[in-house]
Amino acid sequence: MELLQRFAAGDLEAFEALFRQHQREVYAWIARIVRDSGAAEDLTVETFWRIYRARQRFDPSAGNFRAWARRIATNAALDHLRHPRRETELSEDYPAATHGDPAVRRELRSHIRRAFLELPAKYRLVATLALIEDEPYHEIAEAAGISAALVKVRVFRAVRMLRKKLNSLGVEATAI
Amino acid sequence: MNEDDMPIKITNQKNEKEFQELLKREFPPIQSADLPRDLWPQMLRRLDAQPVRVPWFDWALVAALAAALLFFPGAIPALLYHL
Repeated sequence: MELLQRFAAGDLEAFEALFRQHQREVYAWIARIVRDSGAAEDLTVETFWRIYRARQRFDPSAGNFRAWARRIATNAALDHLRHPRRETELSEDYPAATHGDPAVRRELRSHIRRAFLELPAKYRLVATLALIEDEPYHEIAEAAGISAALVKVRVFRAVRMLRKKLNSLGVEATAI
Repeated sequence: MNEDDMPIKITNQKNEKEFQELLKREFPPIQSADLPRDLWPQMLRRLDAQPVRVPWFDWALVAALAAALLFFPGAIPALLYHL
């Protein structure tokens, strides 16, 4: 029997094989969204836990496991962004580039971080993937289970919210 | 041509580009997030920790027994005797 069919039938060995095949890719995808290695590890396990629980809904003949796993991973990451743990949010796992006056940079960084963190989770998700990670709109759309047009709209709205927030903090985007 | 005179699409693209550069400076793209260790042991712990699910027919049996005892309380000593 094929690996996917065995997995769908509840075979734990098949699930382990799929886990080992896909854990790195799922982790890397989640890490790009949440930008915290510890949270990304936990969310990778959470993703596969959800995958295991939903195995009966997976159609091995029609299904693309990689795409399915990525969508579940995106939902898990989105849930994390909605209910973040303060102490781990945007940790220094992946530090920002540093140049210019350190004191000024620190203040600007704090404003930008604040504005970005205050974006609603669904906008932060698309803004991170589209603007920071340069992920194509259709890939984001597939992972988030929405249309590419809606991704575009959310990116536009995220930018508008960021501009508004930074302006209210006295920061002009062009002046940074 | 100032920004107000620009077609909306061009202005939007300019905004997006500005913020893209801004965000990338503060949050550099993660080129490669390597998984530091195998997560299968954690996954196994998670699988082992799943709550025990009681099948629906067990609940039905308990409900039937409770109903029987409610309607025939005289059966309680007999039941206790057989336990």
